[in-house]
Amino acid sequence: MVFFWAFLVGGIICVIGQLLFDVAKLTPGHTLSILVVSGAILDGFGLYEPLIDLAGAGATVPITSFGNSLVHGALEEADKHGIIGVITGMFKMTSSGITAAIVFGFIGALLFKPKG
Amino acid sequence: MSNKETSYQAYEKKLEPKRPVIKNCIKAFLVGGFVCVIGQLISTFYMYYFHFTEQTVGNPTVATLIFITMILTGIGVYDKIAQFAGAGTAIPVTGFGNAVISAAIEHRTEGFVQGVGGNMFKLAGSVIMFGVVSAFVVALIKTIILNWSGM
Repeated sequence: MVFFWAFLVGGIICVIGQLLFDVAKLTPGHTLSILVVSGAILDGFGLYEPLIDLAGAGATVPITSFGNSLVHGALEEADKHGIIGVITGMFKMTSSGITAAIVFGFIGALLFKPKG
Repeated sequence: MSNKETSYQAYEKKLEPKRPVIKNCIKAFLVGGFVCVIGQLISTFYMYYFHFTEQTVGNPTVATLIFITMILTGIGVYDKIAQFAGAGTAIPVTGFGNAVISAAIEHRTEGFVQGVGGNMFKLAGSVIMFGVVSAFVVALIKTIILNWSGM
């Protein structure tokens, strides 16, 4: 059942992105930034967590979850260490995405040659 | 704006090809949904064999998807999928990975320090900046509210 919800929720988030491309005529950079900020705000109101419970990867794979995880890590750490935790915990839960992007970007540049 | 400019812009707008919005949305829905189903398959695998919980499994799933993106970008397949899918591959984390990896590969001719290192986050940097700044503001406000009302 979670596969069905993952497909549906993930697909709908992508349609929102496509509408921002086509109807609002935004660049991909603007669209991704808006979605990340909305993910952060949704988590601020505690609305993103129920979506992950429902849809699993449908909510964690789209870029909105990057904003959600940033807020989540910051709040978790702030719970333990007070306001300074907002800074120290920021990348706690998104570390893998950033690390993977940097490491695989480097390996990709070693292995592959640019085309054209 | 002068009269000539406005009429030129009206002319330009008339000639601009109409975007097939509904067709694009269906493509984005199907491909985006499919990417998330693959993500769910990877998540299920990690939960079953490596004992991640539903909350923590997002982390290795994202890393695996970025790895797959690296292979597809390197062999030149990703571009073709992205052209068909539009937001369907740009909005999932694969789009973020592609932005970093394609920038890294593209600039390798300028050397690894100035080229790859300096340009890696050329496109993805805005996502990280807006993400971190907005998360900082949201988390700060929430922490202050919780501390004032809770204690």
